[in-house]
Amino acid sequence: MSSLIVENIKANYGPITALKDTSLVVPEKAIVTLLGANGAGKSTTLKCISGVVKPVSGSITWANKEIGGQSPNSITRKGIAQVPEGRRIFKDLSVTENLEMGGYTRSDRAGIEADLEDIFELFPRLKERHKQLGGSLSGGEQQMLAIGRGLMADPQLLMLDEPSLGLAPIVVSQIFETLQKLVEERELAILLVEQNMKMALRVSSFGYVMRLGQIMISGSSEELEDNKEVYESYLGTA
Amino acid sequence: MLGQQILSGLATGSLYALTAIAVVVVFRNTRTINLAQGDFAMVGAFLGIIFLKEWGMNYFAMLALVVLCCMALGGFVERVVMRPVAESDWLTLFTTTIGVYYILHGMAGWIWGRDTKAFPVSFEATPVEVFGALISKGHLYNMAIALLIGGVLWTFFTKTKQGIAMRAVTDDPETAYLMGIPVKFIVTLTWVMAGAIAGFIGVLMAPIIYVSPEMMDEILIKGYVAAVFGGLYSFRGAVIGALMIGVAENLAGGYLGSHYKTSVAFVMIVVLLAFRPQGLVGIQERREI
Ligand SMILES: Nc1ncnc2c1ncn2[C@@H]1O[C@H](COP(=O)(O)OP(=O)(O)OP(=O)(O)O)[C@@H](O)[C@H]1O
Ligand SMILES: [Mg+2]
Repeated sequence: MSSLIVENIKANYGPITALKDTSLVVPEKAIVTLLGANGAGKSTTLKCISGVVKPVSGSITWANKEIGGQSPNSITRKGIAQVPEGRRIFKDLSVTENLEMGGYTRSDRAGIEADLEDIFELFPRLKERHKQLGGSLSGGEQQMLAIGRGLMADPQLLMLDEPSLGLAPIVVSQIFETLQKLVEERELAILLVEQNMKMALRVSSFGYVMRLGQIMISGSSEELEDNKEVYESYLGTA
Repeated sequence: MLGQQILSGLATGSLYALTAIAVVVVFRNTRTINLAQGDFAMVGAFLGIIFLKEWGMNYFAMLALVVLCCMALGGFVERVVMRPVAESDWLTLFTTTIGVYYILHGMAGWIWGRDTKAFPVSFEATPVEVFGALISKGHLYNMAIALLIGGVLWTFFTKTKQGIAMRAVTDDPETAYLMGIPVKFIVTLTWVMAGAIAGFIGVLMAPIIYVSPEMMDEILIKGYVAAVFGGLYSFRGAVIGALMIGVAENLAGGYLGSHYKTSVAFVMIVVLLAFRPQGLVGIQERREI
């Protein structure tokens, strides 16, 4: 059973405490949303899970095994991939090369080829532009490429950090539709960090709200949608 | 006459191009202006003498072993000297390579002596006709090897997983690390690669310029000038710059007199920086790593 359990992790950047005490669960094949204002610690939580940031205490369990503190290389191999905030496309690499780098830790040639085809089917725009440099794509295309690059790792858990950032509403709904499709087709679990909470809660089944490095509220997406506190105290939006 | 001048200029230029490529390889991934690049080749040339004279190796076995030793030297310098300061600013990195430069110069002088030595392989001056112009066999050989190395590097960077990963690290090391790319290993690999290229340069240059601790100093400067043509970033720009320098100094030497030869590269760089400070081949804005 591949579910992710994060328990009481703390993380610092030098003297700055970014995560005080964060716990969350992502069950198999579920979409879970992580909400919170700027600087709440959402990205840091994802980075702890993917291994880019090492938590100073607490535990991260994946498929019943502790993975906290391991390198991104071994965590990617275990089936967790992260689509970073701001897309972070390799701009001097072609679309295909970007995708290949997403599958860097894999060596199953046939599987890589098949996934490449799948991603081109999912995002025909990327196929049309497969030779183009990543940096020359539009924002929406880059986000597709970032998601495709994450999928190339053949993950069971895909973490997305603000995939809707800076995109037109229509592109955002396309991307969220794609995510739902992926969960069904690929038996994927998704941990979604979003500012766009309405959209995020609509596609997810469960949500967490962070503030100052801690989870303050959690509940099913319906509960959170009706919870005034979520809007007011933590997001500062109506 | 003109065709000949250009052709032998291209031959020298192709060796500058290799130096420039090695400089760019290291700079792209580590922001390090490596002043010791030439010394890797110089050590290679001295080792070449030993392998040929004392160990009685044949030419190609010597070449292979020199390249391996220079790769080891490049990797060693990265792991032992550069890695501890890898997070520092470019000036610290540059200063550290000055240290490596003096240590290698000093050690070479101490072990092998300060006077110039002849390389036991002579430069093949027999002329061959190419496109109606005459060029010496030695120059032709150097050009062929440079082209071969260029082809191997191009294939590595565009067709192999580690080569593409090396470019990904250049582009965005943090994201490369997130994808599971072993960034530190890749950085070591860039220095090993710079060493390998230096090994070839050392063996190719030695018959032309004799072997001494200072043998590479002037060539390194020209390699750097060429690299600046590509903004220290573009391989294409660096190669074009190197060939231009090779041809221009040969023409200057042939038509103006040999004492104008050395200054040509400097005139070119001054003109380039005045009109196109970003390099000849325009490169995009790059964010600071
Ligand atoms: N590399 C870093 N160095 C120092 N402090 C950092 C670094 N990254 C994040 N922080 C700090 O850690 C805290 C949590 O940051 P984090 O990026 O996790 O927030 P976030 O919830 O993702 O915010 P946003 O919605 O703006 O992306 C913030 O106070 C931030 O300033
Ligand atoms: Mg963030």
